[in-house]
Amino acid sequence: MLRNFFNQNFAKVRDINRKYATPNIEMSGWVKASLLFLRFYLIFLVGLLVYKFITLL
Amino acid sequence: MLFFIISGPGIVVMVADNDAGGITTYAATGAKYGYNLLWFLVILVPVAYYVQEMTVRLGAVTKRGHAEAIFAGFGAFWGWFSLLDLMLVNWLTLVTEFIGMTSSMKIFGIPPYLTVIGVCVLMGIMVLNGRYWTWEKIALLFCAVNLIYIPGAFMIKPSVSQIIGNGLIPNFPGGFNNELFFYLMANIGTTIAPWMLFFQQSAVVDKGMKEKDIPWGRLDTFLGSVLTVVVAVFIVIVTGTILKGVSIDDAAQASLMLMKTNKYAGTFMAIGLFDAGLLGAICISLASSWAFGEVFGWAHSLNNKIREAPWFYANYFVTLISAGLVVLIPKAPLVLITLFVQVIAVTLLPAALVFLILLLNNKKTMGDYTNGLWQNIITTSIVLVIVVLSSLYGISTLFPQMFK
Repeated sequence: MLRNFFNQNFAKVRDINRKYATPNIEMSGWVKASLLFLRFYLIFLVGLLVYKFITLL
Repeated sequence: MLFFIISGPGIVVMVADNDAGGITTYAATGAKYGYNLLWFLVILVPVAYYVQEMTVRLGAVTKRGHAEAIFAGFGAFWGWFSLLDLMLVNWLTLVTEFIGMTSSMKIFGIPPYLTVIGVCVLMGIMVLNGRYWTWEKIALLFCAVNLIYIPGAFMIKPSVSQIIGNGLIPNFPGGFNNELFFYLMANIGTTIAPWMLFFQQSAVVDKGMKEKDIPWGRLDTFLGSVLTVVVAVFIVIVTGTILKGVSIDDAAQASLMLMKTNKYAGTFMAIGLFDAGLLGAICISLASSWAFGEVFGWAHSLNNKIREAPWFYANYFVTLISAGLVVLIPKAPLVLITLFVQVIAVTLLPAALVFLILLLNNKKTMGDYTNGLWQNIITTSIVLVIVVLSSLYGISTLFPQMFK
């Protein structure tokens, strides 16, 4: 039953990926790269926060 | 009359934004800096308005929730990134709501496990009645209770001249340092949070708002922005007057200390803390369930009964109950979690805002409701300020000597 549950949901995820494979908004290469950079930069900052949190425990 | 019919999403999301973590942040800000950062809170009125107003337009024009709009606009990669980001931060924030609710009820002798059970039951009843409108009107009632801080502030008779003199002229008490950046970010994070973008847009869609309702949606959002900051200001005034210089760990502790000076001000703070946590929990759990439902194509409206939307309600209850259980873990560092979650939320906010701005600049989708030049300037500036502040905080964490 658990296996069916996961199989169904993985199939759903694949459907979603297919449905949204082509973005509506056209982004130039540099916009995509900037967004990706921003994301990883912010995740780096969150990593710093987690580090600070652990040091304060 | 039409305004009362349309109003709701903006006021609810903004007042719910003064959640348990927010109350703790404001209480701690007042205790730490007195009235000195009131000017910063006032600036947050237009900041909150301009950000949230975009979600009203986007929801009313596209008739899609924010999660779905990101998937459709930017593709599956960014969609999953945003969705999972939202889920994690929402769940953490929900934990802080339960922290606030249990700590405030402990003051009145109610044990945490009873508060968690009671809240889950109450929230279950609210969503299972089967109508968005009923849920919204109950939420608005809780929003009204959130104003309890205002009479509390008048009771302690603060000095108006000091409030104006110290609070309304921009200043950076103690100079630029790690602590100040932390408090500035926590205050921004408690005024605009990623869940608010998703919540208000989904609420606009669930409510059935149309493009012709956008002006009323704007008024609703503006009133909400003012209300949220008014409450924040009064909380800072309360703790800034009575508890200045006192180290505050959380709002419940502030309530207990206030009770020694003014029993009613302290009691109002405790009741307000519970109400803030409850409002936050109500909205955040819904924001997550709506987002998941939109993306997975489940029925995801409060107008659906549980049998019509089982996954929507399952997601809602699993998120809610699991967050409530964290609070019952013995010796969990609850206060630290509360403050850090606010800062994590604001750190990740620029990414959500950038997508929102890009979506609102898509003329093909938005037509006449595309962002104007000033809207773009203001919202882009907000993103830049948050990124700069986050970076300064990050640098001051790694190199604290730089800011001494």
